Amino acid sequence: MPSPPSDHPLIRRNPRLAEKAIEAAIRLSAFFVIAALALIFIFIAREAVPLLTSAEVHEEVTVSRMVAPLPNGKFSWQPVSTVPKYSLLPLLAGTLKVTLVALLIALPLAVGAAIFTSEFAPPGLREVIKPVIELLAGIPSVVIGFFALMVVATWVQEAFGLVYRLNAITAGIGLSLAVIPIVYTVAEDALSAVPQSFRDGSLALGANRWQTAWRVVLPAAMPGVMAAGVLGFGRAIGETMIVLMASGNAAISSLDPRESFRSISATIAAELGEVVHGSAHYHVLFFLGALLFVITFLLNLAGHAWAARLRTRLEGGGRR
Amino acid sequence: MNTSAAVSARTSKLAAERLSAYYGGFQALREVTMSLREQSITAIIGPSGCGKSTLLRSFNRMNDDVRGFCAEGRILLDGEDILRRRDLTSLRKRVGMVFQRPNPFPLSVYENVAYGPRIHGLARGSELDAIVERSLRATGMWAEVRDRLGASALSLSGEAQQRLCISRLLAVAPEVLLMDEPCSALDPIATMRIEELMQDLKARYTIVIVTHNMQQATRCSDECGFMWLGELVEFAPTTEMFTRPKNPRTEGYVTGRFG
Repeated sequence: MPSPPSDHPLIRRNPRLAEKAIEAAIRLSAFFVIAALALIFIFIAREAVPLLTSAEVHEEVTVSRMVAPLPNGKFSWQPVSTVPKYSLLPLLAGTLKVTLVALLIALPLAVGAAIFTSEFAPPGLREVIKPVIELLAGIPSVVIGFFALMVVATWVQEAFGLVYRLNAITAGIGLSLAVIPIVYTVAEDALSAVPQSFRDGSLALGANRWQTAWRVVLPAAMPGVMAAGVLGFGRAIGETMIVLMASGNAAISSLDPRESFRSISATIAAELGEVVHGSAHYHVLFFLGALLFVITFLLNLAGHAWAARLRTRLEGGGRR
Repeated sequence: MNTSAAVSARTSKLAAERLSAYYGGFQALREVTMSLREQSITAIIGPSGCGKSTLLRSFNRMNDDVRGFCAEGRILLDGEDILRRRDLTSLRKRVGMVFQRPNPFPLSVYENVAYGPRIHGLARGSELDAIVERSLRATGMWAEVRDRLGASALSLSGEAQQRLCISRLLAVAPEVLLMDEPCSALDPIATMRIEELMQDLKARYTIVIVTHNMQQATRCSDECGFMWLGELVEFAPTTEMFTRPKNPRTEGYVTGRFG
């Protein structure tokens, strides 16, 4: 047994005491993180619940009215007009399409870059690429949003000949800049963690590096790469500032990426500051927040379950 | 090519001629010259760091990926100098390797064996099934795994994994099998079974085995090389080397005075 860390008489008499104290401290900090998460959710849920229960709120809006078309047959989000309209559809469509565009750009780029750095780049180059891409994660999203708004928007509009300057392609590109470093880091770690013996075995059979990377290393790292994708999705769907700046904020029910849109997160950010505390609009915004929370949570859960299944299949855990 | 070289090329499958190898400034092999006969098992023994693994890995150029590695001299495979060769794919198809720790891919049993034929475009469909079956039969594990070809290779025991790695190799129809301490991660019974397998395979392949275990070398090899500090000190028929070693250093090692 190693000597206790301190000569305090209490500890000298009972060396396990120090161990216990440290364990308790660690346990407590883990508990705090979980408690903080739970409290955030409880707070959001508490503010969202009146939408389901309060008669006062129901005079203005109900969940079924948010989902169903308006009397004129359309779906509109106009919470501050004389007749407030709260259709979920345009916000969901906007969130969905920008997330999709961002992931379509970010996932192939980030995973491709991860494969390059872990399998092909000479060690010297790898030492440069990895920190540089990870540095991208440190750029404040307001700066990326500004860049998307001023620079990317112009490029995209000219390149595709678009009518609307701010659209889901522009915002998606900006958003992908925020998603790439997260997906890259996690995917690269997963690929680098694949034992060298797998690569040796493949190369010794006459496979080239490509075949080795594609057919052996990537499948072996798949659970980790998928976790990277799920994290990227979570970041994309929740990111606010980039989308707020580069989306045009027009609540249109369209999945066409060439049109402007309005996302759930940007709606909350833009409207919560102005809203009357305790009004129907206020509770609707919290409901949107809870919805976002639930979507991310379910996707994370599904991603983890899928990755766990894949891992069991890879390692044949069930057969041992 | 002069007459003596032509003769040695005919009788030997694989030969090293004045082979020296360096890792940066460190010289790992010093002018090693040896000739490996077809359909025989050659053991390479020696203490750790003596260069025996370097020698083995040179035979299919696995050291090329190590930074700072370079080799001089010649390695002849059927008379062709493979050190000058650019195409490693076809070389490694002919000269395969089994590693110290079993390293099946985290794929199914079937996919492990089918991997080589697939990447070399040798077969597909029922032809591929036939290759997989033949390769698994050759290592005596067909009966054990025929009903679970879809199971993960990592769910097998250590011995079965090493057999699978050998099957995987046989599937690409190699000519030379390089084995780098193939039993060091296995228990004695599994070791015995792998040694029996090697005897079976000897009829069709040229086998080179690096081993720490001198009993293993005496049990299974026809010829034996003793390496020390990068030099091939002695190379002789195994019985001769273990009963009448010519070099005092060899004698010291095989009788257990050092090593």
